[in-house]
Amino acid sequence: MTTPLTPILTAHWDDPDSYTIGGYSRHGGYSALPKALAMEPDAVIGLVKDTGLRGRGGAGFPTGLKWSFVPQNDGKPHYLVINADESEPGACKDIPLMLANPHALVEGVVITSYAIRANHAFIYIRGEVPHAIRRVEAAVREAYAAGHIGQNIHGSGFNLEVVVHSGAGAYICGEETALLDSLEGRRGQPRLKPPFPAVAGLYASPTVVNNAETIANIPYIVRNGVDWFRSFGTEKSPGFKLFSVSGHVRNPGVYEAPLGITMRELLNYAGGMREGSELKFWIPGGSSVPMLTPDHLDLPLTYESMAEAGTMLGTATPMLFDHTVSVVKAVTRWNEFYKHESCGKCTPCREGTGWMTGLLETFEAGHGKESDLTVIDDICGQIAGRSFCALGDAAATPFPAAMKYFRDEFVAGTHTAADDAFNPVASTVLTGAVTR
Amino acid sequence: MPFADSTREEAREIIARYPETRSALLPLLHLVQSAEGSVTPDGIAFCAEQLDLTTAEVASVATFYTMYKRHRTGRHHIGVCTNTLCAVLGGDTVWASLSNELGIGHDETTADGEFSIERIECQAACTHAPSVTINWEFFDDATPASLSDAVAKLRAGEDVQSTRGPAIRDFRATERTLALPDDGLAAEGPSADHRMLAGLNAAKANGLPLRDTAEGATS
Repeated sequence: MTTPLTPILTAHWDDPDSYTIGGYSRHGGYSALPKALAMEPDAVIGLVKDTGLRGRGGAGFPTGLKWSFVPQNDGKPHYLVINADESEPGACKDIPLMLANPHALVEGVVITSYAIRANHAFIYIRGEVPHAIRRVEAAVREAYAAGHIGQNIHGSGFNLEVVVHSGAGAYICGEETALLDSLEGRRGQPRLKPPFPAVAGLYASPTVVNNAETIANIPYIVRNGVDWFRSFGTEKSPGFKLFSVSGHVRNPGVYEAPLGITMRELLNYAGGMREGSELKFWIPGGSSVPMLTPDHLDLPLTYESMAEAGTMLGTATPMLFDHTVSVVKAVTRWNEFYKHESCGKCTPCREGTGWMTGLLETFEAGHGKESDLTVIDDICGQIAGRSFCALGDAAATPFPAAMKYFRDEFVAGTHTAADDAFNPVASTVLTGAVTR
Repeated sequence: MPFADSTREEAREIIARYPETRSALLPLLHLVQSAEGSVTPDGIAFCAEQLDLTTAEVASVATFYTMYKRHRTGRHHIGVCTNTLCAVLGGDTVWASLSNELGIGHDETTADGEFSIERIECQAACTHAPSVTINWEFFDDATPASLSDAVAKLRAGEDVQSTRGPAIRDFRATERTLALPDDGLAAEGPSADHRMLAGLNAAKANGLPLRDTAEGATS
């Protein structure tokens, strides 16, 4: 049986006013807020814990558990910070969510702030998406005007200020402690952990940092309950997910489905591969997780099943590449990205990404030295687990995964340039014999 | 100091949003860039003065983030994503075509001051590859022809519509939005375009029910 798609966050994106408070409220929006405010904050945390909701930003950490780490009655201000710095290559689900349904995020922010006893929340959105920033800013203003944000919200005695904050172009700010430094007006460089943000986060106060999609789930959970949420997905990966499917497929786009759907099913919904095209490799959740092959199409897209296959669900935003694409070129380009985005704070990542990229470029150009494949592998080993934050680990990911399945292509890079082995025109969707 | 009193007033408004003033630095840098087209020594001094920081502290932040430009920028900024997925789907071709047409390379500006171009990293628009931005507004599913047409229109002062957003303004106007996002343009563009609706449309085509029980619908 085919797993059905489950439009929930996306259910009304075809309404012309889906991004307004009117459009959101017409379909039950803001009905979760009074329900949550009538509960004890700890009961809201307990509810989210019971759903098993896991963070949608990539790491998959249990959301309710994260909230419960915030010390209570500590006399310090608490903060909620939304990570909407979506920049992972392949990930494009938070930005569409903020364009089409920003109020789900805003209602989630109010409920979450109430649960963790925060009176100040920040929504950190990458600077390169002004239209998403506008839509969220407008949603926050509408919510203030409706009394959903501000002083003594709906007579509950709970006060909350919400600030929409624009980033300025730095992938590393998706790392939660780098994001906090950036929000404090500093260079976005990661902090040593511990202490974790739940204890010493923004302004050294207890802070919860959650991904935008994660928090947009909260109103639907409060409205419909634990059993409803757990009726989607699997025991360890409950719920539904925005899968942005991109690459050489007929209908790339955002597909909302329960966790546990397979890539083959998602690919079918996306119309299959483009005409005359054969899937070569795919990445389940952003360039920072290892690639898979057509042999893995029938695995459930869950945190646990992807881990078993030696990869990660990550952001659950699959990129699919067909037979026209050079793996060497793809990996080299990703490594150029990590080199560009390395913040320079720690040596393994700063130096390692540069050395790796330089060597990979020799293979892309067709004059690599076979023994350098061992050198690149060794550099990956020196970066992974030895860098300050996950960006280093991510940089050390694409190459070993590609070598596992496509070693021959790297060996061919000792004598043939990637563009000679794979005509780049054939891989485009612009013109040429193969069209979408 | 080249900054108007109104800019100072706006700076105070931005600073007032934050519990600690230094948090206002990123938006303030966007604000001075909107006033001058780049982050100049004057802009750095202005931010330092507003936030009681040294100019070295401000400069260290301004130089970290790629959106802050430290040399003259064009009236319009065009970004072409050349990260892996966009590159292979046509971003490399779109980039080469744009660069040839304007006769400039990465992070350069045309002699007439009209255009700056940049190879950008993932823009979170992979479903709309090749992804291009004009003054950071989406210009999705770009081709060499569609971008060349947009360049000609912008040069002639004609309207170019963002694929998911407002009519394209200029680089400084967008920088102002990043500092002060309430620019009255939130209602421009569609709620969602056909790619954002791909899943919803597929679900509807398959007769799948909406699952949010608050709607009164159940599975």
